Amino acid sequence: MKWVDYIQPSTLDDALGLLKKHGEKAGILAGGTDLLVLLRAKAKSSDIIVDIKNIAELNQLDFDKKTGLTIGAAVPCYKIYNDSNVKKYYPGIIDSASIIGGTQIQGRATLGGNLCNSAPSADAVPGMIAMGVTCKVAGSNGVREVPVEEFCLAPRKNILKPDEILVSLNYPAPKPNTGSRYIRFIPRNEMDIAVVGVGVYVELENNKFKDLRVSLASVAPKPIFVQEAGTSVVGKEVNEENINLAALKAKEAAKPITDMRGTIEFRKHLSEVLTKRALQTAIERAKESV
Amino acid sequence: MNAKVHVQTKINGENVDFLCEPRQSLLECLRDIIGLTGSKEGCNDGNCGACTVVFDGRIVTSCLVLGVEAQGKEITTIEGIASSEGLHPIQEAFLENAALQCGICTPGFIVATKALLDHNPNPSEYQIRFWLANNLCRCTGYDKIVFAVQDAAGRLASSKK
Ligand SMILES: Cc1cc2nc3c(=O)[nH]c(=O)nc-3n(C[C@H](O)[C@H](O)[C@H](O)COP(=O)(O)OP(=O)(O)OC[C@H]3O[C@@H](n4cnc5c(N)ncnc54)[C@H](O)[C@@H]3O)c2cc1C
Ligand code: FES
Ligand code: FES
Repeated sequence: MKWVDYIQPSTLDDALGLLKKHGEKAGILAGGTDLLVLLRAKAKSSDIIVDIKNIAELNQLDFDKKTGLTIGAAVPCYKIYNDSNVKKYYPGIIDSASIIGGTQIQGRATLGGNLCNSAPSADAVPGMIAMGVTCKVAGSNGVREVPVEEFCLAPRKNILKPDEILVSLNYPAPKPNTGSRYIRFIPRNEMDIAVVGVGVYVELENNKFKDLRVSLASVAPKPIFVQEAGTSVVGKEVNEENINLAALKAKEAAKPITDMRGTIEFRKHLSEVLTKRALQTAIERAKESV
Repeated sequence: MNAKVHVQTKINGENVDFLCEPRQSLLECLRDIIGLTGSKEGCNDGNCGACTVVFDGRIVTSCLVLGVEAQGKEITTIEGIASSEGLHPIQEAFLENAALQCGICTPGFIVATKALLDHNPNPSEYQIRFWLANNLCRCTGYDKIVFAVQDAAGRLASSKK
Protein backbone atom coordinates (compact mmCIF):
# COMPACT_ATOMS: atom_id res chain seq x y z
CA MET A 1 0.00 0.00 0.00
CA LYS A 2 1.34 3.44 -0.92
CA TRP A 3 1.54 6.30 1.59
CA VAL A 4 -1.90 7.36 2.79
CA ASP A 5 -2.97 9.90 5.41
CA TYR A 6 -5.47 9.05 8.13
CA ILE A 7 -8.05 11.18 9.85
CA GLN A 8 -10.85 10.41 12.28
CA PRO A 9 -13.44 13.20 12.16
CA SER A 10 -15.78 13.38 15.15
CA THR A 11 -18.73 15.02 13.41
CA LEU A 12 -20.63 14.26 10.22
CA ASP A 13 -20.02 17.82 9.00
CA ASP A 14 -16.27 17.42 9.37
CA ALA A 15 -16.43 14.12 7.50
CA LEU A 16 -18.48 15.68 4.69
CA GLY A 17 -15.99 18.58 4.49
CA LEU A 18 -13.15 16.10 4.04
CA LEU A 19 -15.05 14.22 1.33
CA LYS A 20 -15.80 17.46 -0.50
CA LYS A 21 -12.13 18.43 -0.37
CA HIS A 22 -10.60 15.09 -1.36
CA GLY A 23 -13.37 13.65 -3.57
CA GLU A 24 -12.57 10.23 -4.98
CA LYS A 25 -9.16 10.27 -3.32
CA ALA A 26 -10.80 9.86 0.10
CA GLY A 27 -11.31 6.27 1.28
CA ILE A 28 -14.07 5.92 3.85
CA LEU A 29 -13.10 3.45 6.58
CA ALA A 30 -15.80 1.65 8.57
CA GLY A 31 -14.63 -1.83 9.62
CA GLY A 32 -11.98 -1.88 6.91
CA THR A 33 -12.53 -5.55 6.05
CA ASP A 34 -13.06 -4.63 2.40
CA LEU A 35 -11.26 -1.28 2.20
CA LEU A 36 -7.90 -2.38 3.60
CA VAL A 37 -7.91 -5.51 1.46
CA LEU A 38 -8.63 -3.42 -1.66
CA LEU A 39 -5.97 -0.82 -0.87
CA ARG A 40 -3.38 -3.48 -0.18
CA ALA A 41 -4.23 -5.31 -3.41
CA LYS A 42 -3.99 -1.95 -5.27
CA ALA A 43 -7.55 -2.48 -6.47
CA LYS A 44 -8.29 0.95 -5.01
CA SER A 45 -6.09 3.95 -4.34
CA SER A 46 -6.74 6.58 -1.68
CA ASP A 47 -4.71 9.59 -0.54
CA ILE A 48 -6.52 9.88 2.76
CA ILE A 49 -8.44 7.42 4.88
CA VAL A 50 -11.46 8.96 6.58
CA ASP A 51 -12.32 6.81 9.60
CA ILE A 52 -16.04 7.25 10.36
CA LYS A 53 -16.17 5.21 13.58
CA ASN A 54 -16.01 8.24 15.87
CA ILE A 55 -19.13 9.97 14.52
CA ALA A 56 -22.10 9.68 16.90
CA GLU A 57 -24.87 9.39 14.25
CA LEU A 58 -23.03 6.56 12.56
CA ASN A 59 -22.88 4.60 15.83
CA GLN A 60 -26.64 4.65 16.44
CA LEU A 61 -28.40 1.37 17.13
CA ASP A 62 -31.84 2.65 18.05
CA PHE A 63 -35.14 0.87 18.09
CA ASP A 64 -38.61 2.35 18.32
CA LYS A 65 -41.75 0.24 17.96
CA LYS A 66 -43.39 2.90 15.79
CA THR A 67 -40.52 4.04 13.58
CA GLY A 68 -38.41 0.89 13.44
CA LEU A 69 -34.73 0.18 13.73
CA THR A 70 -31.88 2.51 12.79
CA ILE A 71 -28.47 0.94 12.32
CA GLY A 72 -25.65 3.46 11.97
CA ALA A 73 -23.18 2.81 9.18
CA ALA A 74 -20.30 2.28 11.63
CA VAL A 75 -21.96 -0.35 13.87
CA PRO A 76 -20.11 -3.68 13.64
CA CYS A 77 -21.99 -6.96 13.10
CA TYR A 78 -21.39 -8.37 16.59
CA LYS A 79 -23.14 -5.39 18.22
CA ILE A 80 -26.09 -5.90 15.90
CA TYR A 81 -26.60 -9.60 16.57
CA ASN A 82 -26.11 -9.16 20.32
CA ASP A 83 -28.75 -6.42 20.50
CA SER A 84 -31.89 -7.51 22.34
CA ASN A 85 -34.32 -5.64 20.05
CA VAL A 86 -32.70 -7.08 16.94
CA LYS A 87 -32.97 -10.55 18.47
CA LYS A 88 -36.62 -10.05 19.31
CA TYR A 89 -37.95 -8.18 16.27
CA TYR A 90 -35.49 -8.71 13.42
CA PRO A 91 -34.13 -12.28 13.41
CA GLY A 92 -33.66 -11.91 9.64
CA ILE A 93 -30.87 -9.37 10.22
CA ILE A 94 -29.01 -11.86 12.41
CA ASP A 95 -29.11 -14.40 9.56
CA SER A 96 -26.81 -12.08 7.62
CA ALA A 97 -24.77 -10.37 10.33
CA SER A 98 -23.70 -13.67 11.87
CA ILE A 99 -22.32 -15.19 8.65
CA ILE A 100 -20.27 -12.31 7.24
CA GLY A 101 -16.75 -13.71 7.62
CA GLY A 102 -16.02 -15.30 10.99
CA THR A 103 -15.95 -14.03 14.57
CA GLN A 104 -12.96 -11.74 14.00
CA ILE A 105 -14.41 -10.19 10.83
CA GLN A 106 -17.74 -9.65 12.63
CA GLY A 107 -15.85 -7.74 15.32
CA ARG A 108 -15.18 -5.06 12.70
CA ALA A 109 -17.38 -5.47 9.60
CA THR A 110 -20.46 -3.26 9.29
CA LEU A 111 -23.68 -3.73 7.33
CA GLY A 112 -23.14 -0.25 5.88
CA GLY A 113 -19.73 -1.32 4.56
CA ASN A 114 -21.30 -4.46 3.11
CA LEU A 115 -23.79 -2.31 1.18
CA CYS A 116 -21.30 0.40 0.15
CA ASN A 117 -18.80 -2.18 -1.06
CA SER A 118 -21.62 -3.23 -3.42
CA ALA A 119 -20.40 -6.74 -4.19
CA PRO A 120 -22.92 -8.85 -6.17
CA SER A 121 -22.51 -11.46 -3.41
CA ALA A 122 -22.94 -9.10 -0.42
CA ASP A 123 -24.65 -11.18 2.26
CA ALA A 124 -26.45 -8.35 4.04
CA VAL A 125 -28.01 -6.71 0.99
CA PRO A 126 -30.75 -9.20 -0.12
CA GLY A 127 -32.17 -9.13 3.41
CA MET A 128 -32.26 -5.33 3.35
CA ILE A 129 -34.03 -5.29 -0.01
CA ALA A 130 -36.55 -7.90 1.13
CA MET A 131 -37.27 -6.03 4.37
CA GLY A 132 -37.72 -2.72 2.54
CA VAL A 133 -34.80 -0.93 4.17
CA THR A 134 -33.99 2.67 3.24
CA CYS A 135 -30.57 4.30 3.42
CA LYS A 136 -29.97 7.73 4.83
CA VAL A 137 -27.29 9.37 2.69
CA ALA A 138 -25.69 12.71 3.58
CA GLY A 139 -23.67 14.92 1.24
CA SER A 140 -22.61 18.53 0.89
CA ASN A 141 -26.02 19.25 -0.67
CA GLY A 142 -28.02 17.77 2.19
CA VAL A 143 -29.61 14.48 3.12
CA ARG A 144 -31.53 12.02 0.91
CA GLU A 145 -33.29 8.74 1.53
CA VAL A 146 -32.72 5.91 -0.93
CA PRO A 147 -34.35 2.45 -0.95
CA VAL A 148 -31.66 -0.24 -0.78
CA GLU A 149 -32.92 -1.87 -4.00
CA GLU A 150 -31.85 1.29 -5.88
CA PHE A 151 -28.45 1.62 -4.18
CA CYS A 152 -26.16 -0.83 -5.99
CA LEU A 153 -25.46 -0.37 -9.70
CA ALA A 154 -22.75 -2.87 -10.67
CA PRO A 155 -19.88 -4.70 -8.95
CA ARG A 156 -18.36 -2.16 -6.50
CA LYS A 157 -20.46 0.66 -8.02
CA ASN A 158 -23.33 2.41 -6.31
CA ILE A 159 -25.31 5.64 -6.31
CA LEU A 160 -23.09 7.44 -3.77
CA LYS A 161 -21.37 10.55 -5.12
CA PRO A 162 -17.76 11.15 -4.03
CA ASP A 163 -18.91 13.76 -1.49
CA GLU A 164 -21.59 11.51 0.02
CA ILE A 165 -21.62 9.18 2.99
CA LEU A 166 -24.04 6.50 4.11
CA VAL A 167 -25.25 7.58 7.55
CA SER A 168 -27.62 4.78 8.54
CA LEU A 169 -29.91 1.98 7.48
CA ASN A 170 -33.53 2.27 8.48
CA TYR A 171 -35.52 -0.93 8.95
CA PRO A 172 -39.33 -0.49 8.93
CA ALA A 173 -41.19 -0.94 12.22
CA PRO A 174 -41.92 -4.58 13.04
CA LYS A 175 -45.45 -5.72 12.21
CA PRO A 176 -47.32 -8.75 13.50
CA ASN A 177 -47.58 -11.71 11.11
CA THR A 178 -44.36 -10.82 9.31
CA GLY A 179 -41.14 -12.75 9.00
CA SER A 180 -37.88 -12.58 7.08
CA ARG A 181 -35.00 -14.88 6.33
CA TYR A 182 -31.62 -14.86 4.58
CA ILE A 183 -29.82 -18.01 3.48
CA ARG A 184 -26.93 -18.63 1.13
CA PHE A 185 -25.30 -21.64 -0.46
CA ILE A 186 -21.56 -22.08 0.08
CA PRO A 187 -19.49 -25.25 -0.29
CA ARG A 188 -18.09 -24.85 3.26
CA ASN A 189 -20.04 -24.37 6.47
CA GLU A 190 -18.82 -20.81 6.96
CA MET A 191 -16.29 -18.24 5.71
CA ASP A 192 -17.01 -18.33 1.99
CA ILE A 193 -18.56 -16.23 -0.77
CA ALA A 194 -22.20 -16.96 -1.59
CA VAL A 195 -22.76 -19.04 -4.74
CA VAL A 196 -26.34 -17.77 -4.39
CA GLY A 197 -27.92 -15.84 -1.51
CA VAL A 198 -31.65 -15.30 -0.96
CA GLY A 199 -33.39 -12.79 1.29
CA VAL A 200 -37.15 -12.97 1.72
CA TYR A 201 -39.87 -11.16 3.65
CA VAL A 202 -43.51 -12.18 4.08
CA GLU A 203 -46.59 -10.66 5.64
CA LEU A 204 -49.52 -13.04 6.22
CA GLU A 205 -53.22 -12.39 6.73
CA ASN A 206 -55.89 -15.08 7.20
CA ASN A 207 -53.45 -17.65 5.83
CA LYS A 208 -52.90 -15.58 2.68
CA PHE A 209 -49.84 -13.69 1.48
CA LYS A 210 -50.49 -10.01 2.13
CA ASP A 211 -46.95 -9.13 1.04
CA LEU A 212 -43.98 -11.13 -0.19
CA ARG A 213 -40.57 -9.82 -1.22
CA VAL A 214 -37.64 -11.79 -2.61
CA SER A 215 -34.13 -10.58 -3.35
CA LEU A 216 -31.18 -12.55 -4.73
CA ALA A 217 -27.40 -12.17 -4.47
CA SER A 218 -24.70 -13.60 -6.77
CA VAL A 219 -27.03 -14.06 -9.74
CA ALA A 220 -26.48 -10.68 -11.45
CA PRO A 221 -23.95 -7.80 -11.40
CA LYS A 222 -25.76 -6.49 -8.32
CA PRO A 223 -28.21 -7.87 -5.75
CA ILE A 224 -31.65 -7.93 -7.41
CA PHE A 225 -35.23 -7.44 -6.26
CA VAL A 226 -37.59 -10.07 -7.73
CA GLN A 227 -40.83 -8.17 -7.95
CA GLU A 228 -42.63 -10.96 -9.89
CA ALA A 229 -42.27 -13.31 -6.92
CA GLY A 230 -44.50 -11.02 -4.91
CA THR A 231 -47.02 -10.15 -7.62
CA SER A 232 -47.48 -13.83 -8.49
CA VAL A 233 -48.70 -14.84 -5.04
CA VAL A 234 -49.94 -11.81 -3.08
CA GLY A 235 -53.57 -12.37 -2.11
CA LYS A 236 -53.21 -16.11 -2.53
CA GLU A 237 -53.24 -18.94 -0.01
CA VAL A 238 -50.08 -19.75 1.97
CA ASN A 239 -49.42 -23.26 0.67
CA GLU A 240 -46.76 -25.31 -1.03
CA GLU A 241 -48.04 -24.59 -4.51
CA ASN A 242 -47.73 -20.84 -4.06
CA ILE A 243 -44.36 -21.08 -2.32
CA ASN A 244 -43.18 -23.07 -5.34
CA LEU A 245 -44.62 -20.45 -7.69
CA ALA A 246 -42.74 -17.62 -5.96
CA ALA A 247 -39.57 -19.72 -6.03
CA LEU A 248 -40.00 -20.35 -9.76
CA LYS A 249 -40.22 -16.58 -10.32
CA ALA A 250 -36.92 -16.21 -8.45
CA LYS A 251 -35.35 -18.83 -10.71
CA GLU A 252 -36.64 -17.01 -13.80
CA ALA A 253 -35.34 -13.65 -12.57
CA ALA A 254 -31.84 -14.97 -11.84
CA LYS A 255 -29.38 -13.98 -14.59
CA PRO A 256 -26.16 -15.54 -13.29
CA ILE A 257 -22.84 -16.23 -14.95
CA THR A 258 -20.74 -19.38 -14.87
CA ASP A 259 -17.57 -19.02 -12.82
CA MET A 260 -15.40 -21.15 -10.53
CA ARG A 261 -18.10 -21.12 -7.85
CA GLY A 262 -20.93 -22.45 -9.98
CA THR A 263 -22.53 -22.72 -13.40
CA ILE A 264 -25.54 -20.81 -14.70
CA GLU A 265 -27.74 -23.92 -14.40
CA PHE A 266 -26.61 -24.61 -10.83
CA ARG A 267 -27.17 -21.02 -9.73
CA LYS A 268 -30.64 -20.91 -11.26
CA HIS A 269 -31.49 -24.16 -9.53
CA LEU A 270 -30.15 -22.80 -6.23
CA SER A 271 -32.21 -19.62 -6.62
CA GLU A 272 -35.37 -21.73 -6.71
CA VAL A 273 -34.47 -24.15 -3.92
CA LEU A 274 -33.12 -21.50 -1.55
CA THR A 275 -36.13 -19.23 -2.13
CA LYS A 276 -38.42 -22.11 -1.18
CA ARG A 277 -36.47 -22.86 1.98
CA ALA A 278 -36.15 -19.22 2.95
CA LEU A 279 -39.88 -18.68 2.49
CA GLN A 280 -40.68 -21.70 4.67
CA THR A 281 -38.64 -20.27 7.54
CA ALA A 282 -39.98 -16.73 7.03
CA ILE A 283 -43.55 -18.08 7.16
CA GLU A 284 -42.79 -19.93 10.42
CA ARG A 285 -41.30 -16.73 11.82
CA ALA A 286 -44.35 -14.74 10.72
CA LYS A 287 -46.59 -17.14 12.60
CA GLU A 288 -44.50 -16.71 15.75
CA SER A 289 -43.91 -12.96 15.34
CA VAL A 290 -44.84 -10.42 18.00
CA MET B 1 2.54 15.47 5.04
CA ASN B 2 4.17 12.09 5.20
CA ALA B 3 4.73 12.43 8.93
CA LYS B 4 4.58 9.41 11.17
CA VAL B 5 1.80 9.35 13.73
CA HIS B 6 2.29 9.11 17.48
CA VAL B 7 -0.07 6.47 18.92
CA GLN B 8 -0.76 5.98 22.63
CA THR B 9 -2.35 2.71 23.53
CA LYS B 10 -2.51 -0.01 26.14
CA ILE B 11 -1.20 -3.46 25.31
CA ASN B 12 -1.51 -6.38 27.74
CA GLY B 13 -2.22 -3.93 30.56
CA GLU B 14 0.76 -1.64 29.93
CA ASN B 15 0.78 1.82 28.39
CA VAL B 16 2.62 1.74 25.07
CA ASP B 17 3.56 4.66 22.80
CA PHE B 18 4.73 4.11 19.26
CA LEU B 19 5.29 5.93 15.98
CA CYS B 20 3.90 4.49 12.77
CA GLU B 21 2.86 5.31 9.23
CA PRO B 22 -0.93 5.53 8.84
CA ARG B 23 -0.90 2.75 6.24
CA GLN B 24 0.73 0.25 8.60
CA SER B 25 -1.48 -2.47 10.02
CA LEU B 26 -1.75 -3.04 13.74
CA LEU B 27 -0.07 -6.41 13.08
CA GLU B 28 2.95 -4.70 11.50
CA CYS B 29 3.11 -2.23 14.38
CA LEU B 30 2.97 -5.00 16.98
CA ARG B 31 5.62 -7.12 15.29
CA ASP B 32 7.99 -4.67 13.63
CA ILE B 33 7.77 -1.56 15.79
CA ILE B 34 6.79 -2.73 19.27
CA GLY B 35 8.58 -6.07 19.06
CA LEU B 36 5.65 -8.28 20.07
CA THR B 37 6.17 -11.04 17.53
CA GLY B 38 3.75 -13.59 19.00
CA SER B 39 0.95 -12.52 16.63
CA LYS B 40 1.67 -14.11 13.26
CA GLU B 41 1.09 -13.09 9.68
CA GLY B 42 -0.43 -15.85 7.59
CA CYS B 43 -2.39 -14.17 4.82
CA ASN B 44 -2.47 -10.42 5.55
CA ASP B 45 -6.07 -10.26 4.31
CA GLY B 46 -8.29 -11.34 7.16
CA ASN B 47 -8.77 -14.99 6.26
CA CYS B 48 -6.40 -17.03 8.41
CA GLY B 49 -6.73 -15.58 11.93
CA ALA B 50 -3.03 -16.05 12.82
CA CYS B 51 -2.88 -12.34 13.71
CA THR B 52 -5.88 -12.43 16.09
CA VAL B 53 -5.78 -10.00 19.03
CA VAL B 54 -8.38 -8.61 21.40
CA PHE B 55 -9.06 -5.03 20.32
CA ASP B 56 -11.48 -2.84 22.23
CA GLY B 57 -13.00 -5.91 23.92
CA ARG B 58 -13.51 -7.97 20.78
CA ILE B 59 -11.29 -10.33 18.78
CA VAL B 60 -10.22 -8.99 15.39
CA THR B 61 -7.65 -9.86 12.75
CA SER B 62 -4.93 -7.28 13.44
CA CYS B 63 -3.85 -7.29 9.78
CA LEU B 64 -7.17 -5.58 8.99
CA VAL B 65 -6.81 -2.88 11.65
CA LEU B 66 -4.61 0.16 11.14
CA GLY B 67 -2.00 0.84 13.82
CA VAL B 68 -3.31 4.41 14.12
CA GLU B 69 -6.71 3.04 15.10
CA ALA B 70 -5.13 1.74 18.34
CA GLN B 71 -5.06 5.29 19.74
CA GLY B 72 -6.73 5.18 23.17
CA LYS B 73 -7.73 1.53 22.81
CA GLU B 74 -6.89 -1.58 24.86
CA ILE B 75 -5.29 -4.54 23.17
CA THR B 76 -4.49 -8.06 24.36
CA THR B 77 -2.06 -10.16 22.35
CA ILE B 78 -0.87 -13.74 22.83
CA GLU B 79 1.94 -12.31 25.01
CA GLY B 80 -0.74 -11.22 27.50
CA ILE B 81 -2.27 -14.67 27.98
CA ALA B 82 0.30 -16.48 30.18
CA SER B 83 1.06 -15.11 33.65
CA SER B 84 4.31 -14.92 35.62
CA GLU B 85 3.25 -18.17 37.33
CA GLY B 86 3.16 -20.08 34.07
CA LEU B 87 1.12 -20.95 31.05
CA HIS B 88 -2.60 -20.30 30.87
CA PRO B 89 -4.78 -23.45 31.15
CA ILE B 90 -5.75 -22.99 27.47
CA GLN B 91 -2.08 -23.08 26.50
CA GLU B 92 -1.53 -26.21 28.61
CA ALA B 93 -4.54 -27.87 27.03
CA PHE B 94 -3.23 -27.11 23.51
CA LEU B 95 0.17 -28.59 24.39
CA GLU B 96 -1.14 -31.70 26.09
CA ASN B 97 -3.72 -32.44 23.38
CA ALA B 98 -1.15 -31.99 20.60
CA ALA B 99 -3.34 -29.27 19.11
CA LEU B 100 -0.39 -27.85 17.18
CA GLN B 101 2.27 -29.02 14.79
CA CYS B 102 4.13 -26.14 13.11
CA GLY B 103 2.50 -23.72 15.56
CA ILE B 104 2.05 -20.69 13.32
CA CYS B 105 -1.73 -20.71 13.79
CA THR B 106 -1.55 -21.35 17.54
CA PRO B 107 -1.31 -17.81 18.93
CA GLY B 108 -4.42 -16.85 16.98
CA PHE B 109 -6.31 -19.95 18.08
CA ILE B 110 -5.41 -19.36 21.72
CA VAL B 111 -6.44 -15.69 21.74
CA ALA B 112 -9.70 -16.62 19.98
CA THR B 113 -10.33 -19.55 22.35
CA LYS B 114 -9.83 -17.36 25.39
CA ALA B 115 -12.38 -14.87 24.07
CA LEU B 116 -14.82 -17.74 23.44
CA LEU B 117 -14.44 -19.27 26.91
CA ASP B 118 -14.61 -15.84 28.59
CA HIS B 119 -18.11 -15.33 27.23
CA ASN B 120 -19.27 -18.96 26.91
CA PRO B 121 -17.50 -21.21 29.45
CA ASN B 122 -19.17 -24.40 28.20
CA PRO B 123 -19.50 -24.26 24.40
CA SER B 124 -20.79 -27.14 22.30
CA GLU B 125 -18.60 -28.63 19.59
CA TYR B 126 -20.67 -26.75 17.00
CA GLN B 127 -20.20 -23.47 18.86
CA ILE B 128 -16.45 -24.07 19.08
CA ARG B 129 -16.13 -24.79 15.36
CA PHE B 130 -18.34 -21.85 14.42
CA TRP B 131 -16.45 -19.40 16.68
CA LEU B 132 -13.07 -20.58 15.37
CA ALA B 133 -14.08 -20.56 11.68
CA ASN B 134 -11.94 -17.45 11.11
CA ASN B 135 -8.80 -19.38 12.24
CA LEU B 136 -7.16 -21.67 9.71
CA CYS B 137 -4.74 -24.50 10.46
CA ARG B 138 -2.86 -26.31 7.69
CA CYS B 139 -1.44 -29.04 9.96
CA THR B 140 -3.73 -30.49 12.62
CA GLY B 141 -7.00 -31.17 10.82
CA TYR B 142 -8.81 -29.21 13.58
CA ASP B 143 -10.11 -32.15 15.64
CA LYS B 144 -7.29 -31.91 18.13
CA ILE B 145 -7.85 -28.18 18.43
CA VAL B 146 -11.51 -28.78 19.22
CA PHE B 147 -10.52 -31.40 21.84
CA ALA B 148 -8.06 -28.93 23.36
CA VAL B 149 -10.72 -26.24 23.62
CA GLN B 150 -13.10 -28.70 25.31
CA ASP B 151 -10.32 -29.78 27.66
CA ALA B 152 -9.44 -26.14 28.42
CA ALA B 153 -13.09 -25.41 29.22
CA GLY B 154 -13.03 -28.30 31.70
CA ARG B 155 -9.77 -27.11 33.28
CA LEU B 156 -11.09 -23.57 33.68
CA ALA B 157 -14.36 -24.82 35.18
CA SER B 158 -12.59 -27.03 37.74
CA SER B 159 -10.10 -24.27 38.65
CA LYS B 160 -13.07 -22.04 39.52
CA LYS B 161 -14.62 -24.62 41.87
C1 LIG C 1 -11.94 -12.90 5.63
C2 LIG C 1 -13.12 -12.16 5.09
C3 LIG C 1 -14.35 -12.80 4.99
C4 LIG C 1 -15.46 -12.13 4.48
N1 LIG C 1 -16.64 -12.80 4.41
C5 LIG C 1 -17.73 -12.17 3.89
C6 LIG C 1 -18.98 -12.86 3.81
O1 LIG C 1 -19.10 -14.02 4.23
N2 LIG C 1 -20.03 -12.20 3.27
C7 LIG C 1 -19.94 -10.91 2.82
O2 LIG C 1 -20.93 -10.36 2.34
N3 LIG C 1 -18.77 -10.23 2.92
C8 LIG C 1 -17.68 -10.83 3.42
N4 LIG C 1 -16.49 -10.16 3.50
C9 LIG C 1 -16.39 -8.79 3.01
C10 LIG C 1 -16.58 -7.72 4.12
O3 LIG C 1 -16.21 -8.20 5.38
C11 LIG C 1 -18.02 -7.22 4.19
O4 LIG C 1 -18.43 -6.69 2.96
C12 LIG C 1 -18.20 -6.17 5.29
O5 LIG C 1 -19.57 -6.04 5.59
C13 LIG C 1 -17.63 -4.81 4.94
O6 LIG C 1 -17.85 -3.93 6.04
P1 LIG C 1 -16.69 -2.98 6.60
O7 LIG C 1 -17.31 -2.16 7.66
O8 LIG C 1 -15.50 -3.74 6.96
O9 LIG C 1 -16.41 -2.11 5.29
P2 LIG C 1 -15.16 -1.20 4.88
O10 LIG C 1 -14.08 -2.05 4.37
O11 LIG C 1 -14.83 -0.23 5.93
O12 LIG C 1 -15.86 -0.43 3.65
C14 LIG C 1 -16.28 -1.11 2.48
C15 LIG C 1 -16.43 -0.10 1.33
O13 LIG C 1 -17.51 0.78 1.56
C16 LIG C 1 -17.07 2.11 1.73
N5 LIG C 1 -17.81 2.63 2.89
C17 LIG C 1 -17.84 2.07 4.13
N6 LIG C 1 -18.70 2.75 4.93
C18 LIG C 1 -19.20 3.76 4.17
C19 LIG C 1 -20.14 4.80 4.45
N7 LIG C 1 -20.73 4.93 5.65
N8 LIG C 1 -20.45 5.67 3.44
C20 LIG C 1 -19.87 5.54 2.23
N9 LIG C 1 -18.96 4.58 1.92
C21 LIG C 1 -18.64 3.69 2.88
C22 LIG C 1 -15.58 2.02 1.95
O14 LIG C 1 -14.89 3.17 1.52
C23 LIG C 1 -15.21 0.79 1.15
O15 LIG C 1 -15.08 1.09 -0.20
C24 LIG C 1 -15.35 -10.79 4.04
C25 LIG C 1 -14.12 -10.13 4.16
C26 LIG C 1 -13.01 -10.80 4.67
C27 LIG C 1 -11.71 -10.08 4.78
S1 FES D 1 -2.64 -12.52 8.79
FE1 FES D 1 -4.38 -11.56 9.54
S2 FES D 1 -5.93 -12.96 9.11
FE2 FES D 1 -4.22 -13.88 8.18
S1 FES E 1 -0.18 -26.12 13.52
FE1 FES E 1 0.59 -25.60 11.58
S2 FES E 1 -0.95 -24.28 10.82
FE2 FES E 1 -1.80 -25.01 12.62
